[in-house]
Amino acid sequence: MIKKRAEVVVIGGGVIGCAIAYNLARLGCRDVVVLERNYLASGATGRCGAGIRQQWGTEMNCFLARESMKLFEEMNQLLAVKRDIELKQGGYLLLAFSEREMEQFEQNLRLQQSMGIPSRLVTPGEAREIVPYLNTAQVVGGAFCPTDGHANPFKVTQAYADAARKLGVKIYTFTEARDIKIAKGRIVGVDTSQGFIKTTKVVNAAGGYAGVIGRMVGIEIPVKSERHQILVTEAVEPLQQPMIISFSYNIYCQQTPEGTFMMGFGDPTEPESYNIKSSWQFLEEMARKATRLLPLLGNLRVIRQWAGLYNITPDRQPIIAHSSEVSGFYLAVGFSGHGFMIAPMTGQLIAEMILEQELTVELKLDLERFERGELILEPSVV
Amino acid sequence: MKDRTIICRCGDLTLEDLQQLIREGFTTLDELKRISRLGMGPCRGSTCLELVAREISRLTGVGIGQIKMPTNRPLLTGIKLAELAGEGDD
Repeated sequence: MIKKRAEVVVIGGGVIGCAIAYNLARLGCRDVVVLERNYLASGATGRCGAGIRQQWGTEMNCFLARESMKLFEEMNQLLAVKRDIELKQGGYLLLAFSEREMEQFEQNLRLQQSMGIPSRLVTPGEAREIVPYLNTAQVVGGAFCPTDGHANPFKVTQAYADAARKLGVKIYTFTEARDIKIAKGRIVGVDTSQGFIKTTKVVNAAGGYAGVIGRMVGIEIPVKSERHQILVTEAVEPLQQPMIISFSYNIYCQQTPEGTFMMGFGDPTEPESYNIKSSWQFLEEMARKATRLLPLLGNLRVIRQWAGLYNITPDRQPIIAHSSEVSGFYLAVGFSGHGFMIAPMTGQLIAEMILEQELTVELKLDLERFERGELILEPSVV
Repeated sequence: MKDRTIICRCGDLTLEDLQQLIREGFTTLDELKRISRLGMGPCRGSTCLELVAREISRLTGVGIGQIKMPTNRPLLTGIKLAELAGEGDD
């Protein structure tokens, strides 16, 4: 039987929902329920590219990413994990294919360095020293941050969930939130597939389905969901330290500690949908892009492909906020493809918001910024 | 010899590892796959998934017919990136 009441109900058992639940409990609010309609990390989290990047172009994003990386670095101890989160800090190598892109990198780098993020510019030759098989024929230069990297999203989510449970949080998997009940403009409870839970506070951490949850309280959140695909190769000996990424060439590619290579790109023609089926078009285009830039990888066998949903806002920046329309409704949505990497700080900030504590950092990620036309201009999004 | 019985050859997972995970609460193939990488290697689970389903059934009492198989994802067999990229084509 599920609990009949809770102080906070978190909808979504991905990394964001589990990080929020853990942080609530850590800060003293242990009467928390997490609802997950499938299993933990079954949605966007478990389907993501797993990268953790600190090389951003706005102060707020640099701060969120830097502080999240600190938490990833200490996560095995902080959460007393059963299983290593498989953090690999082999760096992020960002490639520029035009002078203009390189100028943008230079501008971002000044900001990053002022904030203690150890990124540096690299020439095509220096990029080849980092990744010897990189084809730099069209590459103008790049930026490299040696402390960027990636971690295992399943293990990270599980670590947050285990730590949250230890503090008293109840996590109900295979339990769907069907409706949110409101009386006189206030939340009174959540109707689930396993029964009704009385609560006054609900967090929307539903990833690709954030819009659906928003409509349960009568809010139209300006997000759309879009399929993004990934493939993975057979495992081989360690060849590549950094995550390689390019915004203009449109690719990212990492080698996991297991030895497999994971890669993806964003298809600009992908329509809004909840489709998470794999396509052969992706497979062919991905193979062309990867073998052109990283010719050596042509010898690797692809063993699997999959897809997940980006939940995208108009400025490709998340909404991390309390709703001004529905009291008690909190949003941690619209991460636009980079939720995993800032999940540690998101968990902390939403918990601080709910418990009405002073926020660790001033956020400009409210829902109303789109109506005001105050979009966040972040030049470094995939 | 129980702890030396390999269930997932690609992921080097033993029967004992598997039983521990099931007891810990990972009682669906999808969850087991994601926490342990079983079935994610080059053989794509063709060896282990049936064996693991049987072990879940035995330890949880859920009928073998009720155990949901993971999504069958492409590719069916490993193909080199260079071949997929169409190298050698006109």
